[in-house]
Amino acid sequence: MSAVERPIIDIRGLSLAYERDGRRTEILSSLDLAVPRGQFLVIVGESGVGKSTLLRVLIDLAKPSTGTVHLDTDPQKTRTPMALVFQDARLLPWRRVIDNVAFGLERHGLSKPERRERAAAMLKLVGLSDLAGRWPHQLSGGQRQRIAIARALAVEPEVLLMDEPFSALDSFTREGLQDEIQRIKAQTGKTVLFVTHDIDEAVYLADRVVVLAGSPGRIAADVTLAPPRPRQRRDAALVEAARHLRAELSRRSAEL
Amino acid sequence: MTSFRSAALAVVGLAAFLALWEAAPRLDLVNPAFLPPPSSLPAAFAREISSGAWLRAVAESLSHYVVGLGAGAGAGIALGLLAGMFRWFESLTAWVVRLLRPIPGLAWVPFAIIWFGVQPSAAVFIIAIGVFWIVFFATQGAVRGVDRDLIEVAQAFGFRGPFARLVKILLPAATPGILVGLRTALGQAWMAVVAAEIFGVPGIGARMMQASSLLSTDIVVVYMLTMAGLYGLFDTGFVALQGWLLRWRV
Repeated sequence: MSAVERPIIDIRGLSLAYERDGRRTEILSSLDLAVPRGQFLVIVGESGVGKSTLLRVLIDLAKPSTGTVHLDTDPQKTRTPMALVFQDARLLPWRRVIDNVAFGLERHGLSKPERRERAAAMLKLVGLSDLAGRWPHQLSGGQRQRIAIARALAVEPEVLLMDEPFSALDSFTREGLQDEIQRIKAQTGKTVLFVTHDIDEAVYLADRVVVLAGSPGRIAADVTLAPPRPRQRRDAALVEAARHLRAELSRRSAEL
Repeated sequence: MTSFRSAALAVVGLAAFLALWEAAPRLDLVNPAFLPPPSSLPAAFAREISSGAWLRAVAESLSHYVVGLGAGAGAGIALGLLAGMFRWFESLTAWVVRLLRPIPGLAWVPFAIIWFGVQPSAAVFIIAIGVFWIVFFATQGAVRGVDRDLIEVAQAFGFRGPFARLVKILLPAATPGILVGLRTALGQAWMAVVAAEIFGVPGIGARMMQASSLLSTDIVVVYMLTMAGLYGLFDTGFVALQGWLLRWRV
């Protein structure tokens, strides 16, 4: 990566507030964040701190009150520069697995066989080719979430947004998917913005961890994690980083 | 209770019902002209078939039924979708709906005759009105009840216009609710068929009125059973279609 390369996401002075019954609630306040291309960035924070809101702003499900988001994505490459994986997989129950994966491609001007072909490749990437013809209700929670990841990757986004994607899963499934997403990240080279409230998950996955804290949410810490991949869950440097982040979080919460 | 036992009981119940029905006129408990015994029905049915009256009446009624159902359901789904999708449309129509909704379908008979004459289109109109309201409210409610989270999925993947929202999310998600309304309408429309034909539009209802004026009550009963049979056929077919359309559900 050259030093002059521009970040793929450049957020400047982002605030978001809404008004209800004449009361103004600020979710995010003057946030600056630059994400280099190809980084696995994990955003941690307590619930209600605006982590999810940040992702929703990026994918245009929420409008910021002030501030700018600049994306250095190439519109020639894909019609969907960013794709979001929701916390609850949110598969469309009336579509078979393969057609759920192909969903986002339906505005990419591809024929149905082309969409199916691309969806099948994505199913292979997440290791669920066998389930192509199933209905979502026939899947386990972990399978559903992997299908949701395949659906997001199918549109060939430059940035993959993930909103607490593993928090509703049991711990075995969660650890399996954590390894899975690292493998996919290594294989595809995507930029990933991953939101979680689990600090161990954050340090295990991240190239860089940003801590959001306070109300409205601000950046409380910004830590780069160097340990090489594949990582060990009990790697001393990661354990130390987690300890540091926990301390930072509780110090911030105490201040408020 | 085993399914065999309940099926056996159902047969016993039906047999007892028919025996009672057969006994009442035969024992002169009621005048046979007022209540024809079931044993007289096959002959009456055969007469209606051989004269061609049965097939003609059934074909006429079915055409009213299918066209009326199609028109009423089509309009009900279309306007129900609009009312479910757009608040402004719901507000625009709120008082018109409140005004027209309580008027029973049969209250439209005078206008049906004035506008269409004693013609098939009059029967179609009566049937369609009854069907329309059922399907309209079912559709509106089903669209209103669609999970916001799924609409967000569509938005997140760039399907942001109302048409894309309708096709990708609202219509498939609302299908179970719309089908429930349609099934109710299927039964409602049969009632409307007879009612609409009783004022003279040719069909099963008209044939029944004709037979009753001649005190041919056996023929009246033949057509009553014909309607029960046809309704059962449609309902069974519809349930099969519903099961296939909703095969994605648990």
